[in-house]
Amino acid sequence: MNKRVTNWIALGALWAAALTTVGVLGTLLLYVIINGIGALSLRFVFSAPEGVRMEGGIWPTIVATVYVTGLAMLIVTPIAVFAAVYLAEYARQGRLVGTIRFAADTLASVPSIVMGLFGLALFVEALGLGFSMISGALALSFLMLPIVMRTTEEAIRSVPKYIRWGSYGLGATKWQTVRKVVLPAASPRIITGIILATGRAVGETAVVIFTMGTMINTPMLPLDPGRSMTVHLYILAMEGINLPAAYGTALLLVAMILGFNLLARFIVRRNRRMMG
Amino acid sequence: MAGSERDMRDAGPGAPGPREPGSGSGVLRQTARSQYLKESSLRALFLACASVAVMGVALIFLFVGLRGWAIFAKVGVVDFLFGSTWLPTEGEFGIWPLIFGSFAVTIGALLLGAPLAIGTAIFLSEVASPRVRSILRPAVELLAGIPSVIYGFFGLIVLRPIIADMSGGLGFGLVTGWLILAIMIVPTISAISEDALRSLSPGIREASYAMGATKWQTIYKVLVPAAKVGIIDAVILGMGRAIGETMAVLMVIGNAPVVPAGVSEPFSTLTTTIVLDMAYASGDHRTALFGMAIILFLISMVLVALVRSLSRFGKQVG
Repeated sequence: MNKRVTNWIALGALWAAALTTVGVLGTLLLYVIINGIGALSLRFVFSAPEGVRMEGGIWPTIVATVYVTGLAMLIVTPIAVFAAVYLAEYARQGRLVGTIRFAADTLASVPSIVMGLFGLALFVEALGLGFSMISGALALSFLMLPIVMRTTEEAIRSVPKYIRWGSYGLGATKWQTVRKVVLPAASPRIITGIILATGRAVGETAVVIFTMGTMINTPMLPLDPGRSMTVHLYILAMEGINLPAAYGTALLLVAMILGFNLLARFIVRRNRRMMG
Repeated sequence: MAGSERDMRDAGPGAPGPREPGSGSGVLRQTARSQYLKESSLRALFLACASVAVMGVALIFLFVGLRGWAIFAKVGVVDFLFGSTWLPTEGEFGIWPLIFGSFAVTIGALLLGAPLAIGTAIFLSEVASPRVRSILRPAVELLAGIPSVIYGFFGLIVLRPIIADMSGGLGFGLVTGWLILAIMIVPTISAISEDALRSLSPGIREASYAMGATKWQTIYKVLVPAAKVGIIDAVILGMGRAIGETMAVLMVIGNAPVVPAGVSEPFSTLTTTIVLDMAYASGDHRTALFGMAIILFLISMVLVALVRSLSRFGKQVG
């Protein structure tokens, strides 16, 4: 066969692969939006589910999801950022750093169901925190840790060296340089990483089902149990009760994830413009 | 959403840390004693934070292991892994049907998803114009961020009835699982493969074109072989994602702990059995579920180790 013909056929196949991927995404989003939009109303968002068919709204599940992911973000941010500062600024390459990286990679690839059972065994049972927001947040923070660590480390490494030299040249110590020069310069990308990790936590199901429980409850204190939006959607879908509410929940979840993604993208873009 | 899997590949011991004038202790010794104490205690704090990751892995191993190891002692490793009957309420703890289910659904999903993902990666890196790329790439990243429960919901409500019409069954089974999982691993594989392709030096492309090669000849004779290690890493990490996937699979496979007779018959995987049985399991049954979690943890750890040694190998060769 002529090499030009082969070329056209092959490039056509590559176009087809990419369009299939994006087409599936489009179908998925459109399907959720079209079916979910009818279920959305102020009452659906702001009232609690009632009765065996879960009529009414999903407010408690929204509160639980925001509560647990917010708490997880607060727990993980300082630890992950300091860990990344250590890896990028302080550590010399060696066995210790190799071990830390291997651990972070392993943590990133632990199946979420294993993380869920771990949270159940350690936080819910061994530490006696019960099915609660704090148990869920602690388990989720282990899930988020490697993501935030990795993005923060990359952000710190992308800060140009001469800025640091300028700071050292003025007599600043290492920590002064890190705190006043490096971290501010890296902060947009660090924030982006935190947002993306939080978005991942919002969509997590298998971890929270074993650490927060499935009880519908509007959590107030960190020790309160609750049901996340993802668990609610799972239960509605599997039991086949109240499909409109399932579509509505799915739409709100997708909207939240989309929001997180767009926010992260916006921060990156604005930062790029500022840096020139 | 750029998954963290994407970054694992280059996690080798490469990239040397920046060496600023302040990084040696010799410089610090010249500063005030209080300053020195502050600096070194902060350094210790940062090291402690970095060790949290190591601690996390150790804790997972310890707590999941403590709850689960007894089943290996009680049933025996071979009988547990290769026993063909999973009837936990009657004391039969053979998880072979579940292991089979996990691998069957994963391998099928890889066969469908990997070519699609690698094709997408090659398209984004080599074929697409910057404008097309700037639209498609965020879309693929978004695909990675969609919660697995949404994929499962979509599979259950939309895909399952279609499969049911075609196969005559209920539509719960391997085929539905393959299709849903294939889509879910595309962003992971595609992101890492694309990174591998884009990190190739532009010179080898130009050399190939200068020899009169077409775009496709350049892609499959030059670029794909050069990015081979990265692409294999991508597929391995995609496999890790698929085998650990829980909710999406759970909603579309029908959940029966048997080796399925056909591709549209219900079956179970390790992950789905844990979720469903955990709700009521007690005693040995519960121990067995933690034992299955140990196996999943070990599988994911082996895959990570494989990727790391592969990229080390790749660095030595290249």
